Amino acid sequence: MPEIKRRQNERLVVILIVGVIALNYPILSLFSKVRLIFGAPVLYFYLFTVWTVFIGCVALVLEKTTSSPFVSSPPKT
Amino acid sequence: MLQEWVILLVSFCYLGILFAIAYYGDKRADAGRSIISNPYIYTLSIAVYCTAWTFYGSVGRAATTGAGFLPIYLGPTLMAALWWFVLRKIIRIAKTHRITSIADFISSRYAKDPLIGGIVTIIAVVGILPYISLQLKAVSVSFNVLHTFQAPAPLVPAADSIWSDTALYVTLAMSVFAILFGTRHIDASERHEGMVAAVAFESVVKLVAFLVVGIFVSYYLFSGPAELIHDAVISPELSKLMNIEALSGGYVNWFTLTFLSMMAILFLPRQFHILVVENVNEEHVKKASWLFPLYLLAINLFVLPISLAGLLLFPDGSVDPDIFVLAVPLYNNQELVALFVYLGGLSAATGMVIVATIALSTMVCNDLVMPVLLRLRSLQRSDLSSVLLTIRRGSILVILLLGYGFFRLIGESYALVTLGLVSFAAAAQFAPVILIGIYWKGASRRGAITGLLAGFAMWSYTLLVPSFVKSGWIATSILESGPFGIELLGPYHLFGLAMFDPLTHSVFWSMLANIGCLVCVSLFDRQNAMERLQAAHFVDVFRHEDIDTGLWSGTATVAELKDLVARFIGSEQTDKAFSEYATEHDFDVKNKAQADANLVGFAERRLAGAIGSASARVMISSVVKGEEISIEGLMKILDETSQVIEYSHRLEGKSRELEEATAELRAANKRLTELDRLKDEFVSTVTHELRTPLTSVRAFSEILRDNPSLALEERHKFLDIIVKESERLTRLINQVLDLAKIESGSAEWSQDCVDLNEVIEEASRSLSQLFHESSIMLEKELPARTVLVMADRDRLVQVAINLLSNAVKFCEPGTGQVTVRLSTPRGKVRVEVADNGPGIHPDEQKRIFEKFHQLKGIRDEKPRGSGLGLTICHRIINYHGGSIWVESRPGAGAKFIFELAPAERSSTDGQAS
Amino acid sequence: MADTILIVDDEPNIVISIEYLMKRAGYEVAMAYDGQQALDYLADNRPALMILDVMMPNKNGFEVCAEVRSDQRFAEMPILMLTAKGRESEMNKGLSLGASAYISKPFSTYDLVERVKALLQV
Repeated sequence: MPEIKRRQNERLVVILIVGVIALNYPILSLFSKVRLIFGAPVLYFYLFTVWTVFIGCVALVLEKTTSSPFVSSPPKT
Repeated sequence: MLQEWVILLVSFCYLGILFAIAYYGDKRADAGRSIISNPYIYTLSIAVYCTAWTFYGSVGRAATTGAGFLPIYLGPTLMAALWWFVLRKIIRIAKTHRITSIADFISSRYAKDPLIGGIVTIIAVVGILPYISLQLKAVSVSFNVLHTFQAPAPLVPAADSIWSDTALYVTLAMSVFAILFGTRHIDASERHEGMVAAVAFESVVKLVAFLVVGIFVSYYLFSGPAELIHDAVISPELSKLMNIEALSGGYVNWFTLTFLSMMAILFLPRQFHILVVENVNEEHVKKASWLFPLYLLAINLFVLPISLAGLLLFPDGSVDPDIFVLAVPLYNNQELVALFVYLGGLSAATGMVIVATIALSTMVCNDLVMPVLLRLRSLQRSDLSSVLLTIRRGSILVILLLGYGFFRLIGESYALVTLGLVSFAAAAQFAPVILIGIYWKGASRRGAITGLLAGFAMWSYTLLVPSFVKSGWIATSILESGPFGIELLGPYHLFGLAMFDPLTHSVFWSMLANIGCLVCVSLFDRQNAMERLQAAHFVDVFRHEDIDTGLWSGTATVAELKDLVARFIGSEQTDKAFSEYATEHDFDVKNKAQADANLVGFAERRLAGAIGSASARVMISSVVKGEEISIEGLMKILDETSQVIEYSHRLEGKSRELEEATAELRAANKRLTELDRLKDEFVSTVTHELRTPLTSVRAFSEILRDNPSLALEERHKFLDIIVKESERLTRLINQVLDLAKIESGSAEWSQDCVDLNEVIEEASRSLSQLFHESSIMLEKELPARTVLVMADRDRLVQVAINLLSNAVKFCEPGTGQVTVRLSTPRGKVRVEVADNGPGIHPDEQKRIFEKFHQLKGIRDEKPRGSGLGLTICHRIINYHGGSIWVESRPGAGAKFIFELAPAERSSTDGQAS
Repeated sequence: MADTILIVDDEPNIVISIEYLMKRAGYEVAMAYDGQQALDYLADNRPALMILDVMMPNKNGFEVCAEVRSDQRFAEMPILMLTAKGRESEMNKGLSLGASAYISKPFSTYDLVERVKALLQV
């Protein structure tokens, strides 16, 4: 695979790992409190924020990718 | 609260719209202008992941476990990060190998084994039943609630009999719908563009519906989410929902849910179908990787507010949290909103059911039923396309009815989400065989089978069995104290592992068994050629851009191909497909014309869509004459090769024999060469020996001729020499000829009864003159009786004479004494000739019997013999089966001895000489 | 002073015949009956020519020839080789070892004497 692809894959894997860590114990336990932030429970706020950021990162990495030449569409019905 | 007929009308209208969209989508696809070929539609179709579970169950879960509904959506988000290379690889493999379902994929990876395909199908069907029952439950419950809601309303009671059970009718309606949707005809590529379009549409509907109800509840019924939350925080009950601890099983459960949903998003049969089989363009995955998580985020935004609203409105638990979404607007008499919600839920449920049942029925047909059918020879000739359709339709109905059955038996006792999770855990069983299979070539077929079976067994035991218990079909004692009282095997605490909640417990053990068996068995297993080939194809799919699973080099007529394909997908479809192909490839479709390799491959692909790639290959090869260069063809070639190898082994054996024979020949040749050399040597020695006396004869003859005035004395001397040398010459010639005759075997031997006494006497008489001249004594020691041997008389005399004359030559004249002795020791006949000459040096003793070996004379003079005498004696004695040798010490004389076997006593007397 | 000819052959009769021929031709004669005897004689004497048989015990003719030729004193001495084997390879071998001429047995007496005379005239 070309170098670019591998870097891209690496980034995606890293994002995934970070996401898994951020969304699980013990980091998660830090936010498991009955408190409000901006009117929202801190846990939910944290979860949704991480969620959004995650999506954003993935989008960023992917939108910059080069497309592969293989088009998978089978012959027309 | 709404009239039944209203609900029904709305439902059917909505379904009609869906159907119309599907129809339109198919029509457009047929015309070649696909409407689904863009990434947004693709993304929306993936959203079929959000079923009635999402719609109703999330809120229910949020109400009981706080944030516990979220991991189901976080998981797919996380997994989507990997889609770009994992999912794309799977899609690439699937397209390359014309894979039409998850069972097809797995079976194809593991040596195209139909057994695995069957296993996967069964696991899929059994595993998805809870999920289907969940949808049925949701729809029927929502229908009932919409119909009969009164607040505070009790939980909807179970129907008393089947025939009044809404769920049954829902089931039947859905089957009809699914059948109409997905089985109007058999499409070769197993793609249903219309269905995808419809699913995308309903994803929009459900998202909109949920957002609508969310906004409605948050801002209309309350003054915004903030207020809801604020209210919730005040209440001690509700505030518990703000942290993870509300989730039973805690962080471990959280993790398990995340993990399960990561697997489910890919490996639920309907997800696999939408993501992989229905994928039009790999590039779409790029957008979907982040757009789909965005969808998930959007549809979950208002879950918390709605659930809080529900809890606040119905604090006493009188309303099932699963229907908060409906109950809240209904409570506020917002019937329209409620109807919209109902539609959303219906939409979500039908989406799942359609896709799931179509995917499952495809698998049942292709991977369960078809392989069995194809073995029944009687069916091979008949038209199977209608049979296939019937099988598909039948399986859809059966699956849905099974789902209904599950719902009736068990579904009542479970929350929606719980049912769904059971299915998630089943789908997760496919993860190891697929994920490991596309990255590790070592994953073998047997490993996959054991892994799947082990995981499935674990899953059934730890999740399915308890569900039967919960519904009262099995005694609860099994849960507490294990089967037959064996606590270690309790479904909730297998082998004593009691630290996990049931779901995590099950996931742990099933994954452990699955992965463990897969890896361990594969490590110790040996793959056959097909496995290795397929493994390489799958793992290395990005390296080989255009691998075809098989090229055809055989021939068949176009008509034959069309006939074959038409048997399975109908003649109309076949005609259409073939003529399209013809126009695309610009040739005339004459029925008699030979089909080229491309057309055959095209036909195979079409067929694979209908009956699976393995069966298609079998059918095509039955029609195509000539060689197929394919896996099977390769296998045949391999077979032949192995035959050739065996043959060459035999050849090697033969050539080794040949080598040995050659070596023998070489040795014989060497011997012959040696003999030849010896012969040459012999000849040259004889030449020399002959020429030597001749030289004297000639020289002296010439001297005598040229010198007539020679002195008398000299004349005498020279003449004497001439005479002697001539004699010598004659002797030599005689002996050479004699020896030559003996050795070549052309000598004539007579055989008589010979008395050795007489032989010796005769020899002595012949040499008496010689003895007298040299003044050497001859002593004879002869026994009185006759000593008989069977021999050639003359030859024995020759030997005796030779030995005696030798003895004379080597004795001192005057003092010399020769003794000849005849005896019969140990049953043999023995003759000894001894002299008291100088003896023979041990080194010489070995060589005296050799040709031309001459001993120096008694006074160190030139030997006067030819060197052949003893050789001839040796040959003669050997011929008679005896042996001859010499015993001597230098200075103590020499004794020549020969022994012969005595003659048998017979009736004939020994003849007198 | 007549030239001395050394006759080397293990057959006594042949030596006698050659001895007669040489004497008849007016030469002095010395005799040896094997290779070693010949070398012993040559250690102390310088014959004008050597008639050398090949097949002999105690050093054959080839060996004698080679040794003699390596001796400075006899580098020029003519050597006439005799053989009963008659093969060309024998002749070549002899000539390559330094024999001046070659005669095969049985020889013509006339030939032998003429050869010797020719060799001694050079």
